[in-house]
Amino acid sequence: MPDATLLDQVKDFANRADPYPIYAKLRKNPVSRQDDGTESGTWVAATHGTIASLLQDPRVSSETLPPADRPRTGNPLTDLIVKPLKDWMMDRHRVFIFRDPPDHDVLRASVMHQFSRARIQAMRTRSERLVADLLDEKRDAREIDAVDDLAYPLPVTVICELFGVPREDEPKFHGWATQLATALEPDSLSDTEIRAANSRTFDAIGGYMADLIKEKRRHPQDDMLSGLANEATPEGAKMGDYDLVATSILMLVAGHETTVNLITNGLLTLLRHPDELERLRQDPGRAPRLIEELLRYEPPVQFRTRKTLSSIDIAGVTIPEGADLVLLLASGNRDAAMFPDPDRFDPDRTGTRHLGFGGSLHYCVGAPLARFEAEAALTALARRLKAPRLIEDPPPYRSGAALRGPEHLRVAIDGIV
Amino acid sequence: MSDRAVVVGAGLAALRGAEAMREAGFSGPLTIVGAEPYRPYDRPPLSKHVLAGEIQADATTLPSSLGADVDWRLGSPVTRLDRESRTLHRADGGTLLYDRLLIATGTRARAWPNPHEGRLSGVFTLRGRDDAAALRAALAAGPRRVLVIGAGFIGCEVASLCRQLGLPATLVEPGPTPLGRVLGSAVGAFIGAMLEGRGVDLRSGSEVEWLEGEGGRFVRAHLTDGTRIDADVAVIALGAVRNTEWLDGSGLSADPGGVDCDAAGFVLDTEGQPDPRIAAAGDVARFPHPLYGGRRVALEHWSHAVMQGTHAGQLLAGAKPASPYAALPTFWSTQGDVVVKSAGLTEGADAVAFTQGEPGSGRFIAVYGRAGRCIAAVSVDSARWLPAHAELVAAGAPFPPQGAAADRPSRGIMVLAPGFP
Repeated sequence: MPDATLLDQVKDFANRADPYPIYAKLRKNPVSRQDDGTESGTWVAATHGTIASLLQDPRVSSETLPPADRPRTGNPLTDLIVKPLKDWMMDRHRVFIFRDPPDHDVLRASVMHQFSRARIQAMRTRSERLVADLLDEKRDAREIDAVDDLAYPLPVTVICELFGVPREDEPKFHGWATQLATALEPDSLSDTEIRAANSRTFDAIGGYMADLIKEKRRHPQDDMLSGLANEATPEGAKMGDYDLVATSILMLVAGHETTVNLITNGLLTLLRHPDELERLRQDPGRAPRLIEELLRYEPPVQFRTRKTLSSIDIAGVTIPEGADLVLLLASGNRDAAMFPDPDRFDPDRTGTRHLGFGGSLHYCVGAPLARFEAEAALTALARRLKAPRLIEDPPPYRSGAALRGPEHLRVAIDGIV
Repeated sequence: MSDRAVVVGAGLAALRGAEAMREAGFSGPLTIVGAEPYRPYDRPPLSKHVLAGEIQADATTLPSSLGADVDWRLGSPVTRLDRESRTLHRADGGTLLYDRLLIATGTRARAWPNPHEGRLSGVFTLRGRDDAAALRAALAAGPRRVLVIGAGFIGCEVASLCRQLGLPATLVEPGPTPLGRVLGSAVGAFIGAMLEGRGVDLRSGSEVEWLEGEGGRFVRAHLTDGTRIDADVAVIALGAVRNTEWLDGSGLSADPGGVDCDAAGFVLDTEGQPDPRIAAAGDVARFPHPLYGGRRVALEHWSHAVMQGTHAGQLLAGAKPASPYAALPTFWSTQGDVVVKSAGLTEGADAVAFTQGEPGSGRFIAVYGRAGRCIAAVSVDSARWLPAHAELVAAGAPFPPQGAAADRPSRGIMVLAPGFP
C-alpha cells in the first residue's frame, strides 16, 4: 500500500471542509505525478498557468469515461445480445462534457442555440420570484437549512421549468441526479459498483426522458426540450434521440448538482465574512463582483478530469500519453501568481480570470443561469435574514470532492423580513 | 530641467507609448503630433463594424488614461527631423523641440499607381477613419458591384463584408490565391474556396490594367486579359507603405521598409549607432526579432503596437521596460463570419501541416514549419486551438506536430509545400 498521495488527501472526506492547504502543497510543483498504482499515474495540474494551458490543448481529451460495461444479468439473451448493443449505443452517445471536437461542437451548439438570451432573462425574473416564495414559507422560522430550504429547490425548479419537466415529477430526479453526479468523481470511473448503479440510473432517467421527448414532439411547448426535439440550429444541426436523451440528462443533473454549491458556499462565505454580508445588504449592486469572487474562492466544481492523447511537455515535466489528468481548478484559483493574497476573500479584486466555470471549449454552458440564481438567492438572503448565525462551522459536507459543497447549512435567525 | 517629450504619430502605438511614459513617472511636457485631426482611434473595426454600418467611424476613438497635461497637435504631420538641434518641423510651418522622441508614424494605404484613375469618384482606399466613413457611404448607396483590387487581409475582409451586405463583389488578385503572400497558396486556396462559397467572384491570377471613368465616376475595370468588370465602387487594397519620408536627411537608418531599431527599441543612425533620445514602435519600427534569429521585421499588428508602444514609452521614461519589445507576433482578421488568427511569422516556411479540423470545411489549423521546427500557426474558424499551437511556436517545437490530439483531420495530418511566391 503506497503512502497517501496529496491527491488521495484531496479525495479523503476528512479534508472536505478545507482542502485548500493541500492544494497549496500541490502547487509547489505546477504539474505533479500522483502514484495511483498504475504505470502512468495520475497527473495533477495545480497552478493557474498550467491548468489554463491544458484546458485548451488539443492533446488533452475529455473522453475519460471507460467503455460502457453494464452488469450481467445471468439471462443469456440479455447478456449476449442486448447488453453489448446497449453498451455500444451508450459509448456512441456520451454527453458532450465527455466528448471532444468535432462531435462535441455539434451537440453543444444545439444546446447553446436553445439557451437563448430571452430564455435566460425570463429565468432571471423567475429566480427572484422563486427565492421570494421559498423565503416566505420560512417567515416564522428561527432556524433554516440554507440547502434544503433554498439552495437546492431553487436551481432544481429553474432547470425543470427551463427544460419543461413537470414539477410533480421532480422528486424522481433528486436521487437520479445525486447518483449520476458521481461520474465526475475520479474514483467512480474505476469502481464497478458505482458504475453499475450509474448504468441503472441512466436507464431509469433515460426511459423517463425518452417518454417526455415523445410528448414534446406531439405537443411542443415553449421550453428547451421542445426546442431541442423539434428545431435545428441555423447550421442545420439537430440531435438524434440518443444524443437528445443524454444531453437533457446532463443538463438536468448539472442543474441539480452545481448551483446548489455556489449558493451554499456563498452564504457560508458571507457568514464567515460578516462585513461583506452587511455591504451586500446595503448595496445589492455588489452582487455580481461578489459572485465572481465566490467562483474563484469557493468554486462549486473543484476539479475536472481529462486524459492525454499524446505526451505533453509542460512546466518542466513530461506527462506521458494515455495518462489520467486532474485539472485542479480550485487550486488555480488560489495561485498567488495570478491572484495576489489568494486566500483572502476580496470581491473588489479587478481583472480576475478565475477558473470557476472551467475554460476553453468546455466552459460551463449554464454560467449565466448560475450567476443569476446565485445573485437572486444571496441578495435576498442578505436583505431578509435577521441576525443570521452559523450553527455549525464547518457544516457537514456532501461526499463529493469534485462537486464540493455543504450537505446542510443550518443558520439561526431572528426571523425573515 | 524638465525634459520635453514628443510623440510623432497619433495611432495605437503612439497612444500606448504616451500612456506608458506617464505611468512610468515621466511628468515633463508631453506633446503628441498627428497628421489626422483626430485623437487616436482603433483601426480594426473600420474594415468590419464601420463598413457594415454597425457603428459610426467616429465611435472608434480609443479610451485613454492620459490626462489634461498632454499637448495635442493634431491635423498637420511632421515633415522633417533635425537631430542636431532636436527640432521637429511640421507641414503647417510650426516647430517643436524634443529631448525624448517616440516615432510611431505607422503606415498609409498604397495608392493606385495611376493617380488620375485613383482620383475617380467611387475609387477608395481603406486605412483611416475618413476612408472608412466614405467607403461605408458608398456601400450603403447600393452599388451594382464592388470591385476589390488585392486579396490581402483588407481586401478579403472588404469582399466578404460586401457579400454579408448582399452586394455583388469581385476580388481581383494577381497571385494564385488570396492571402498568398502572408499565408502561402496552400492555405490561401482554402481561404479562396471559402470566399467563393460565400459568393465572392474571385479572380485569382488576374490583374487590373486600368480603371475606366465616365464623367469623373469610376464605371468599370479592365483586366490585363481583356475582361471588363462593371462596378460602381473600386477598393484599392494593395497593402501599406510605411511613413518614413519625413526622416529623410535626419541621419537615421530609414527607408520605405521602416526605421531601424536596436534590440532595446532605440532607433539607429546610418552608422548603426543607437540614438538614446529616440525610440520607435508599431508598424513603422523595424527591429531584430529574437524569436526569429534576429531577423529585422516591421510588424503591422494590433497587439504588437500595444506591446511595443508600451515598451518604448517605458524606455523613454527611463524606466526598465516591463513590456516585451518583441513578443510572439499575433494578429486576427474577420472575414465575414469567419475569424482568421495567426501566431508567429510564416515567412521562410518550407512546409505547412494541417493539424486540426477539416481544411475542406473551412475550419482548420495550419502549422508552418521551417527546418523541422514550428514557426507559425494560423487558425481559420477554430481560434480555440490557436493558443496551444502558439505555445508550440514559441517553444520551437518539432515540425510537423506529432501524436494524437482531439479534432485531428479525418484523414490525418496533411503536410504540403506552403506555396509562397
